Amino acid sequence: MVDRWLIAFYIYVVVNIAVIVLAVIKAKMTRKISERTAFVFLGLATALAVLPVLFIIVYTIINGAGAISWSFLTQAPSQAGKAGGILPVIIGTFYLMLGTLVFALPIGVMAGIYLTEYARDNWLTRLINMAIMNLAGVPSIVFGLFGLSVFVLAFHFGLSLLAASLTLASQALAMVITTSREAILAVPREYREGSLAIGVTKWQTVRHIVLPQALPGIITGVVLAISRAAGETAPILVTGAAFLVPRLPGSPLDQFMALPYHLYTVSSNVPGMSKTTMWGVALVLLVVVLSFDVLAAVIRFRSRQRI
Amino acid sequence: MNRNHALLSNKTLTAQACATKLRTEKVNLYYGSFQALRNITLDIHACAITAIIGPSGCGKSSLLRLFNRMNDLIPGARVEGNVELDGILIYSPGIDVVELRKKVGMVFQKPNPFPMSVFENVAFGPRRHGMSNRAELEEIVEKSLRHAALWDEVKDKLEQSGLALSGGQQQRLCIARVLAVEPEVILMDEPCSALDPLATLKIEDLMRNLAQEYTIIIVTHNMQQAARVSEMAAFMMMEEDRAGVLVEYGPTSELFTNPKDKRTEDYITGRFG
Ligand SMILES: Nc1ncnc2c1ncn2[C@@H]1O[C@H](COP(=O)(O)OP(=O)(O)O)[C@@H](O)[C@H]1O
Ligand SMILES: [Mg+2]
Repeated sequence: MVDRWLIAFYIYVVVNIAVIVLAVIKAKMTRKISERTAFVFLGLATALAVLPVLFIIVYTIINGAGAISWSFLTQAPSQAGKAGGILPVIIGTFYLMLGTLVFALPIGVMAGIYLTEYARDNWLTRLINMAIMNLAGVPSIVFGLFGLSVFVLAFHFGLSLLAASLTLASQALAMVITTSREAILAVPREYREGSLAIGVTKWQTVRHIVLPQALPGIITGVVLAISRAAGETAPILVTGAAFLVPRLPGSPLDQFMALPYHLYTVSSNVPGMSKTTMWGVALVLLVVVLSFDVLAAVIRFRSRQRI
Repeated sequence: MNRNHALLSNKTLTAQACATKLRTEKVNLYYGSFQALRNITLDIHACAITAIIGPSGCGKSSLLRLFNRMNDLIPGARVEGNVELDGILIYSPGIDVVELRKKVGMVFQKPNPFPMSVFENVAFGPRRHGMSNRAELEEIVEKSLRHAALWDEVKDKLEQSGLALSGGQQQRLCIARVLAVEPEVILMDEPCSALDPLATLKIEDLMRNLAQEYTIIIVTHNMQQAARVSEMAAFMMMEEDRAGVLVEYGPTSELFTNPKDKRTEDYITGRFG
């Protein structure tokens, strides 16, 4: 149901934007377009891009708000999710985000530092940078299979929170490294030179000049990567998410429940599922993801104000 | 007693004036395949202000950056020949570049205070070099700011951002930042080119004062400035497509009034008169 709406709107938006872009280009070519017409067209395109998002949010709230209650948020599910709440599901997603953060943040930031500050600018470095950027475009199920074969099987972590976190972290790494690199590259060269020129070491310069300046950008990237990880279904599907786990995960090697996977199963595999409950789960997932996106926006905004 | 002391320091001054602080011998500098310095040989006197003048792109900055090895940061940069600080070859393999840069500080063309408070800007070097005692830091910050003729203007706003100062104040802050690590040589790469005339005069006064204690080399394309502040001057040029030629080096007064080289004369009269 959700998927169908999403796909329909996605196609709708893409088609509209394509039509508008073509119209603008054609008009440009015949040189008949005025500044104002272009402005209107571009404004329209923006509205078309924003509207579906707003629609999804409003639609989810309207359909799901009825399910939200204190007990829904604080109780374990019963009757295959038809009754009870979704506390272990929320907690599971929270643990996943934490795990992704723990693994992706230090490795991603360190790799970003290495690639920008230390690696020589040669073909190998450029190849690595390109590979990392392309990594972000790899379908998430491929990451899932990678996690399954490496973390679940080869490392013997089994279907577990640990394996799933590592899998999500592998996927988040690309984004963390890319945004860290961009944030670090944006620090003016003059600051580095001023520091190096008074006998401060390279590492001290990175640590005390570059990183503090790049931090807002890095945090923004990390938060966005984490919020994306929170919404992923495919990678956790094959690395440790379970439909029903009677208790909260007690160790990183336990299986777990998570919002996107729970939503997937209750909306497709549970007969007689109430629509409101389904949309309630979707709403909680949406709130989790969007609140992190808003957090990223706030950090970005505040760091801009500071400068 | 006081007079004796003054006499003594005067004597050491004249003694130092003769000493060579930095020396280059047959130095070539390459950026990849491009040669930016050609066979440069010169002695920098410890107690003088040395000016490096010449048209844009002739290699003045490259020559200056030779002395604190800032050229090392440019990929593909390569140095041939000898560069000495107090008789020590600073491009030999055992040299600690970080230690060298503590001794040879640098002020840049565009004031580049760090995006932190005035206090932290000055304390940055000492902190990184291991000073953590607050009282000691306060002392060295005040001393450096006084030395840089900035203390009176910023003593009430030490916690404000260094970026909030005026251009001239920012440049003096950068000088204070260098002074705080107690260098022996200060390199200045067109330190006034981004400043208004009044701020420029302040920096020039400051340089005259600092020259008593530090060896100063200043790159400038402003001939009047070279004439005002320096005792020694080096004139560099580029010939056709060949950059980095040292045409003439000697006492500033002679270079300006009685240049030995025709090219120096042309440049000076063209710009000066
Ligand atoms: N990083 C670099 N890579 C290649 N060439 C450079 C680099 N920096 C400077 N050059 C060249 O070296 C020459 C001297 O530059 P520079 O020392 O900055 O001159 P100046 O300071 O006298 O204007 C110029 O022709 C410039 O184009
Ligand atoms: Mg220059």
